[in-house]
Amino acid sequence: MNRAQIKKAASCQAPLRASEIAPAGLVEAGTSVEFNTGDWRANRPKWFKEKCIHCLLCWIACPDSSILLKADKVKTSVMTGIDYGHCKGCGICAKECPVKDKAIIMEEEKK
Amino acid sequence: MANLKELSKVPERLAGGHRLCIGCGAGTLTRQTLLAAGNTPVVVTCATGCLEVSTSVYPYSSWKKDSFFHSAFENSAATMSGIEAAYVALKKTGKIKEKINFIAFGGDGGTYDIGLQSLSGAMERGHRMLYICYNNEAYMNTGIQRSAATPRGATTTTEPAGKVKPGKEQHRKDMTEIMVAHNIPYVAQAVVGDWNDYVTKVQKALSIDGPTFINIMQPCPLGWGTKPEDTLALGRLAVDTNIWPLYEVENGVYKINKKPKEKKSVVEFLKPQARFKHLFNSNPKNAEIIESVQKITDAKWELLLKREGGK
Amino acid sequence: MIKPIYSKGKIVAKTGNEAMAEAMRQIEPDVVAAYPITPATEIVQIFSQFVSDGIVKSEYVAVESEHSAMSAAIGASAAGARAMTGTAAQGLALMWEMLYIASGLRLPIVMAEVNRALSAPINIHGDQSDTMGARDSGWIQIYSENSQEAYDNMIQAVRIAEKCMLPAMVTTDGFIISHCMEVVETYPDKDVKKFVGQYKPQRALLNTKKPYTLGSIELQDYYFEHRWQLAEAMNKAQDVVLDVAKDFAKTFGRKYGMYEKYKMDGAEIAIVVIGSTAGTAKVVIDELRKKGIKAGMIKIRVFRPFPAAMIAKDLAKVKAVAIMDRADSCAGTFAPLYTDVAAALFAHNEGKMPKMENYVYGLGGREIAPEHITAVYDKLAKIAKGKAKPSNKVEYINLRK
Repeated sequence: MNRAQIKKAASCQAPLRASEIAPAGLVEAGTSVEFNTGDWRANRPKWFKEKCIHCLLCWIACPDSSILLKADKVKTSVMTGIDYGHCKGCGICAKECPVKDKAIIMEEEKK
Repeated sequence: MANLKELSKVPERLAGGHRLCIGCGAGTLTRQTLLAAGNTPVVVTCATGCLEVSTSVYPYSSWKKDSFFHSAFENSAATMSGIEAAYVALKKTGKIKEKINFIAFGGDGGTYDIGLQSLSGAMERGHRMLYICYNNEAYMNTGIQRSAATPRGATTTTEPAGKVKPGKEQHRKDMTEIMVAHNIPYVAQAVVGDWNDYVTKVQKALSIDGPTFINIMQPCPLGWGTKPEDTLALGRLAVDTNIWPLYEVENGVYKINKKPKEKKSVVEFLKPQARFKHLFNSNPKNAEIIESVQKITDAKWELLLKREGGK
Repeated sequence: MIKPIYSKGKIVAKTGNEAMAEAMRQIEPDVVAAYPITPATEIVQIFSQFVSDGIVKSEYVAVESEHSAMSAAIGASAAGARAMTGTAAQGLALMWEMLYIASGLRLPIVMAEVNRALSAPINIHGDQSDTMGARDSGWIQIYSENSQEAYDNMIQAVRIAEKCMLPAMVTTDGFIISHCMEVVETYPDKDVKKFVGQYKPQRALLNTKKPYTLGSIELQDYYFEHRWQLAEAMNKAQDVVLDVAKDFAKTFGRKYGMYEKYKMDGAEIAIVVIGSTAGTAKVVIDELRKKGIKAGMIKIRVFRPFPAAMIAKDLAKVKAVAIMDRADSCAGTFAPLYTDVAAALFAHNEGKMPKMENYVYGLGGREIAPEHITAVYDKLAKIAKGKAKPSNKVEYINLRK
């Protein structure tokens, strides 16, 4: 299924017909990126780039694959932000952050 | 020893958008498992349960790079036996050439209880698979029912604490030792909260040509009544109180991976959790339960030390 | 007595179990996962010897239960392998949960099933209560009258299953066929392999270039659509069964259909049976025909999908018909074959129905002798002449009430 088909399949208004879907409920790999769990958040992680030591401890701890990384010039991974589309706001990243003056803190999510 | 900089070069293999609860340790350990698998493809099976339902709600799948298969509750290991046998057969006839790793997940219900027979059979037959029990100590997916992994004194919805009962009365069964008794090449205990220990264990297990087993304690904010952000810290506390020692048994040889410098009382682990809250009321019977948990924790630790010493 | 038909065939003596194991050797599936159970044990026992002797390249997974046998077969099939298993009675019952999953996931597993009575009381002998219980599981069901049919059906089942993306079970009656030595014509390995062909799954878990997720959770939104797809696959399976049978006849000379008609031309009274009892019934029918009694028989080969429209047509001109069930539904109504035939006649014949009787016989291996079948025809003859009425309840044969 492509992005548009997944959207259609999951839509309440116009879900797909049996003739339009693969047998046995087969699902293509990785499609859940299309599902927003960011709106579950009651608390929102706030990342301070300047305080971050890029130790990646928040990244390895995150249950929701929501710490974004990229390779820098020396090809070592650095944190670039938070995937708010999937982050559920558990606060594990803030808690695990080893920087004394935390590089991630939790704030109330403004709806 | 695993290295975070190296691990971060492995493409993310668990997609966001899964429906695990906020702060669920299963998300963390699954990501770490797949990162530990490196660039070798993996086929994953999973027993019915939290991890399975949360990562495969039609038409969504959080398994980004790997094939994921679920058939039923009690048969993650048996199902993987078939997949691994298919791999061996197709490799023999030259239809498959590459190396593929096989990881079967099961919760504690799917491992300690309903899936024990199928796991035992698969391990005894020697299939090359890593079986990971993500152990949150009760049937969390269906609403915190008691399992054989539930510790003494915990309240669950099928053995709740009440006026005459203190929650679960029995100590949990020692699944890790049951797997050791299968004489498989590698058995380990791990915890969500010590990524380095866990990733190293997964890497070691996957390098072995045979059946391997990791029992990873996974704190569950919903079932344990804890704060979502404390999931990893609580796991570490289980280790520091000797409630859940980190150790591995490689070809029958025991190695304790972490020995707490100063032993903490089990109370430190029990107290922050709502499932043990009733143990801290004025009823003297409950004090006895805490005492018995301390006692068995100490005894098991002593036994483990002895086993490590080869005595 | 089986007569040689295929020019390159070989006449051998084989029990039903040996015939099925022989077919499995020739099919040479990638994976066989099985657990021993009387009277099906021999099939996988013989097959495992083929594995141990290097005669087949298949992987044999000697699982610790039938539930795991079906689970492993499901895993292997989803992985992209051709997978088979074998079982009977309690073994099939233990597989129950997984039977529905095999079909729901559209995995073309082929099972050699030896019909045996279900406990309790525990009994090891033949009746069809085990597979009748699995009739709604989404598996194609092919029953065999003798060892030859068991052998031929196994070979055809692989192609049928893979074409339909449905699992299929081929059955024989416990001990009566499974353990009875008969003359069988087998075909050369090369020809069987060619007929069966290579398994080319649409998707395979082991294809790492196209990873996918199978076994997802579907709630009110899509479960129904996927279950309908399954029902629709079964609706279409009849054409596949007949196509494969046609090709089989062209290749090896033996003709098969959804069912066999025996002396149905001009028949006024008939019985509908499944399995080995058809052999006994044929002897009875020949005797009756000699006496001028217009008796016939329909022997069901393929019970799932049920050939409702065809059967309704073939029974339309019969005056009275007895449906012989080797399984009881204990439902306060009729036994499984009867209900399906009755529904078929009602739906397809515009209300024009023959008089119907339902007999349950042979449970737990209880003898069904020619005189029992003769008695059924006697009653049918009376009903046909208006001298008796159908009892409108299950009648039991050779039972001490």
